[in-house]
Amino acid sequence: MSLLKIQDLKVYFNARGKTVKANNGIDLEIRENEILGLIGETGCGKSILGRAIVGLLSDNVEIRGKIVYKNEDILDLSEDRLRKIRGKDIGIILQNPSAALNPVLSVGNQISEIYRYHENMGKKEARIRTAKMLEMVGIDPKRMHEYPHQFSGGMKQRVMIAMGLALNPGLLIADEPTKGLDPTTKDKIVDLICELVINRNMSLLLITHDLGVAEKMCDRVAVMYAGEIIEIATIENILSNPQHPYTQDLLNSRPKKGLKPTAGESPSLSSPPAGCKFHPRCRCVIGECPKTHPQMIETENGTSVRCFLYEDN
Amino acid sequence: MTLLSVENLKKYYYSGVFNKKEIRAVDGVDIEIKSGRTLGLVGGSGCGKTTVARTILRLVEPTDGSIVFDGRDITKLRGREMKNLGREMQIIFQNPETSLNPRMKIYDAILEPLTIHKLCSADEENEKIHRLIEIVNLNKELLFRYPHELSGGQLQRVVIARILSLNPKFIVADEATSMLDPLVQAQILNLMKDLQEKLGISYLFISHDMDVVEWMSDEIAVMDKGKIVDWK
Repeated sequence: MSLLKIQDLKVYFNARGKTVKANNGIDLEIRENEILGLIGETGCGKSILGRAIVGLLSDNVEIRGKIVYKNEDILDLSEDRLRKIRGKDIGIILQNPSAALNPVLSVGNQISEIYRYHENMGKKEARIRTAKMLEMVGIDPKRMHEYPHQFSGGMKQRVMIAMGLALNPGLLIADEPTKGLDPTTKDKIVDLICELVINRNMSLLLITHDLGVAEKMCDRVAVMYAGEIIEIATIENILSNPQHPYTQDLLNSRPKKGLKPTAGESPSLSSPPAGCKFHPRCRCVIGECPKTHPQMIETENGTSVRCFLYEDN
Repeated sequence: MTLLSVENLKKYYYSGVFNKKEIRAVDGVDIEIKSGRTLGLVGGSGCGKTTVARTILRLVEPTDGSIVFDGRDITKLRGREMKNLGREMQIIFQNPETSLNPRMKIYDAILEPLTIHKLCSADEENEKIHRLIEIVNLNKELLFRYPHELSGGQLQRVVIARILSLNPKFIVADEATSMLDPLVQAQILNLMKDLQEKLGISYLFISHDMDVVEWMSDEIAVMDKGKIVDWK
């Protein structure tokens, strides 16, 4: 059953007279108890999508479309109602924990704040719950009086996870939870998130550009390019039988496959190329590609792909 | 031919005011790099990889040990000799956004090392800079932009162009691609390998991604707690 449904989401920014189309017609469904991966290059709009779901975008943005969570359209809600939903129904682990944590508040304070606001708990009770959360993510609760700068990168990430999970939300959004961590710490964080999400029957939207992490965690994967979703499939299908040329390139750029890069750079979101946005870099351009914008096509075994190569079958 | 040989390199830090505590960041490391070859250096966070690299470049003073580069001991160099050493060995840092001056246009950033080392006259500079950005496959429209207008991959190319302007024999890449996404990482690594073939540069390639290190390196050293524990 679907938990969150995004329909034709468009997020446009106005910057210096240009319109930056960060998300251009996203359709996505997150099912219950599912780990959905969102992969793609830097600047393709992954994080914007994650932030749009919890209503954390700045004021200069124009949003159209629908984000339906449990029969409520998040885009229609008042800021007051959104605040109640954020953290409680939809939790988010923001990118770069060193910047996301408040440097002048102790770690414990930042977590217990959540309980004090959402559940109207007293100080003492909130502190007990905070200690439990910290213990769950593998941090000694005695350290709750310490400040973020006294923690290592991996530990700050654990604190962020504790904050995201504090109120047992139904959906958790994790934005690059393993970026910049060394492999041992990365494995531990991946295992921790998986364990907690599965034990608590949550859904997870994992935003990442690390294919190894996606492989370990996800049930399904959506590949994004220049503000659009270009392929959605189960992780097995993506890895064994990628359909879109971009997905194939992405997989071939891994060291295991000999680090073959795609030529060129991702297009600017303010003036993307006409037709298929990937065509200037694509190896298999056919007649239609530079002219018409492709639609999502369903191919066999449940894969959806936005490419003309699969049009007739 | 051996380009760099490091023997018994040590770097200790001291902390505490009364009870001095000794932290052995690097504790007796021996390294040898041949010219035109790549040595990969791997290990967990905080094992001393970066300290080794910085000590070799003399960005950090070693506590003990000798560093012989291109036939001479550079551990005691000072003044002008030290400055000239910068022409022969260079470093690419992890985060390109913080390694460039945010108030300097790309053109000026690439020009800066050339001016410091007095390597080109005013009428040559334009041509030289265009040649450099051609080597690293950078669009010349980007020359008059500021660093915040470029992507991480483009910035890392600028950093490499800057370094190449000095024609170094030895480059340290300290997690040079760990902030980049896989496609861009593949582009930068392929660029580094091409440059090695064309110009015979040696690399000390530091990373915690084992697959990448294996692909890049001729030899791999594994570090743990300030010591090299394994060679491959």
